[in-house]
Amino acid sequence: MALLQITEPGQAVDPHQRKRAAGIDLGTTNSLIASVRAGVAETLADEQGRHMLPSVVRYTSSGIVVGDEALAEAVNDSMNTVVSVKRLMGRGLKDITTLGDQLPYRFSASESGMPRIETVSGNVTPVEVSAEILRSLVDRASATLAGDLDGVVITVPAYFDDAQRQATKDAARLAGVNILRLLNEPTAAAIAYGLDSGGEGVIAIYDLGGGTFDISLLRLRKGVFEVLATGGNSALGGDDFDRAIAAWIVEQSGYAKPLASEQLRGLLMASRSIKEGLTDNPRIDIDFDRDGVQFKGTLDRATFDDLVAPLIDASIKACLRAVRDAGIELGEIHNVVLVGGSTRVPQVIDKVAEYFGKAPLNTVDPDKVVAVGAAVQANVLVGNKPDDEMLLLDVLPLSLGLETVGGLAEKVISRNTAIPAVRAQEFTTYKDGQTAMLIHVLQGERELVTDCRSLARFELTGIPPMVAGAAKIEVMFNVDADGLLSVSARETSTGTQAGIEVKPSYGLTDEEITSMLQASFEHATKDADQRSLMEARVESGRVIEALGNALAEDGVALLKKSDIQALQQAIEELGRVSEGEDHLAISEGTELLGRASEEFASLRMDAAVRKALAGRNIAEVDKEV
Amino acid sequence: MNFNKNYFEIFDLPVDYAVDLKLLDDRFLDLQKQVHPDRFAAGTDHEKRLAMQWATLVNTANETLRASLPRAIYLLGLRGVELETNPTLPPGFLMEQIDLREQLESIEEGDGNLEELDSFRRKMQQEINEVQAEFKEALDEDIDKAERLVYQLQFLSKLMTSANRLEEKLLDY
Repeated sequence: MALLQITEPGQAVDPHQRKRAAGIDLGTTNSLIASVRAGVAETLADEQGRHMLPSVVRYTSSGIVVGDEALAEAVNDSMNTVVSVKRLMGRGLKDITTLGDQLPYRFSASESGMPRIETVSGNVTPVEVSAEILRSLVDRASATLAGDLDGVVITVPAYFDDAQRQATKDAARLAGVNILRLLNEPTAAAIAYGLDSGGEGVIAIYDLGGGTFDISLLRLRKGVFEVLATGGNSALGGDDFDRAIAAWIVEQSGYAKPLASEQLRGLLMASRSIKEGLTDNPRIDIDFDRDGVQFKGTLDRATFDDLVAPLIDASIKACLRAVRDAGIELGEIHNVVLVGGSTRVPQVIDKVAEYFGKAPLNTVDPDKVVAVGAAVQANVLVGNKPDDEMLLLDVLPLSLGLETVGGLAEKVISRNTAIPAVRAQEFTTYKDGQTAMLIHVLQGERELVTDCRSLARFELTGIPPMVAGAAKIEVMFNVDADGLLSVSARETSTGTQAGIEVKPSYGLTDEEITSMLQASFEHATKDADQRSLMEARVESGRVIEALGNALAEDGVALLKKSDIQALQQAIEELGRVSEGEDHLAISEGTELLGRASEEFASLRMDAAVRKALAGRNIAEVDKEV
Repeated sequence: MNFNKNYFEIFDLPVDYAVDLKLLDDRFLDLQKQVHPDRFAAGTDHEKRLAMQWATLVNTANETLRASLPRAIYLLGLRGVELETNPTLPPGFLMEQIDLREQLESIEEGDGNLEELDSFRRKMQQEINEVQAEFKEALDEDIDKAERLVYQLQFLSKLMTSANRLEEKLLDY
């Protein structure tokens, strides 16, 4: 919008002031971090030149080890080495016991119902384990990019429910990174292929990772990426292929006793390399002799194909459902993108090609493609590409609802609704003089409460006593652009407000996060005040910059000269305060500036809306300039 | 510009039952490009809050106007008609509904014949189209009639949903 951008001399964006942004693929098996450098998005390597960081964290009495070094001890020290923690994110102890026999850890429950893994260096939650992986990646990026990151985009499976998304955000908070956005993995992949710049059409993203399967259908139109439908299975992935091979080996070997965790770990690792070998070879010779399980023989591709065919078929069935949900015909799909290491399995490529009727795209490394796309998006969101027109419109992955009488779940917002979204539902009291009401928030597609995921339970109190049915309780669901839910409730007939914010049942409480943060500061022997000062300065810097940019862009067009001067003075004032050491004064000043600029922000938003509706005209004017 | 605009005004469309869906879609995307919270990821908290409110409003407005039944209900709401939760319907219509429901059940019980289901859905769609056309006329001429027609549309759309579910079941999706 060249006409509207008025830049004062000396205020132009200095190319050296580019923000440091990164995209993080926080995977089940491996994690990656990528960044846009010199216009190219690429994954960042560690000092040894390794790009993939195994998502493995080992707790020892002398410290925490992350990545390959932790993986190396995974078999010998399985109790203290946490692998595939992503599967535990946002899960309660009960969910985890159903994953049960596959996990070698000892669990105990925390106050909020979140499971803790018992290790030699104390009990840790899945959120803390994920934070360690994030910290390791962020440190790598800070070293490579020579400075702290201004913001990150973290990817999650499109199928992640609210609790899982919230847990991922908590992990980022715990790791001390500024999270710009949670991005669905398949969407990131489409961005990585540059499909956002390649015209219009429907794109299918088939993402078979280590632990999860996602199918997403995206529509691209006028530079807007719209998620038409998502589907998949949060417990289907390449790990299941390994398990199928492991079970086959055990069956062939005639070993009949139950497997101990070390045995299983060793078998799975061997199975994994057999699976990978079968990608380029028609058969693999096996000579397995470990922990009492003995097998010598050959696994050929045809037998392997038979072993995993039901798993791949299950993924194709999810594709069918998503295509139907999107309300499109198969022929409308222009591109099919393969994501995830498991899409290297030849039978996967064949069956995907067969179902969609076209050869899928797989030229970008399927392990790196998500991180690369996330880096591109992070670069846009952090403000390095102000002219970029790309926008992602997401949908809710799973329906949200409430428990009603008889243990039934009533949907309030159905899945695939465009987000952010808001819905209100009205309820009433069923007893005379009732002053409280229990509200049980659920997520899932099934009709029975017991088949849905319980996100939160809370009690609305302070309802004025009335006859049954007279009170009007409005329960409001708010879903933000990341797909995170907050619920509030109020009594409307008398105007009595009794709102409450909801945290997912298996999330961390704010107190837990605060105490974990404190513990980690002590661990890093950083002075808490020093930390507060730093944080206050970062925040004030952010507001100063955001407002400065806004003034440069729209100040002259929307404000009186005196208003501009007043805001500029306020900016300078906050700049002076920020140079001081008083973090409370800085925070206060930041808030004051924020409030002083609210009117301007509203004016800008209105102008933006007007511009959108006048879109065509301005675009044409632009071309002439 | 304020949050009190009606959904048609938000997209600068005429307040009418007939909506140019292509135009709605274009304006929806143009608006989201301007107001979506991602556009303000580096903005102030107030900007983020405003963006969130606008993007939510634009989404709600789009969904309401996109599908014909919510659009009809919304148009009645603009004319001050609030729908009843348990409306009285003409006995003839109710009889027909019971009959249709029984037809659907017999398709399900009779081994689930897909062709029968297809012709059932086509018939339903035709009826929905007819009631919609009646509604369009009634909206400006006879608001009470328009209200009655919306109750009928609600019934028909519920039945259509059941038919679609049955199809999913038969195709084993």
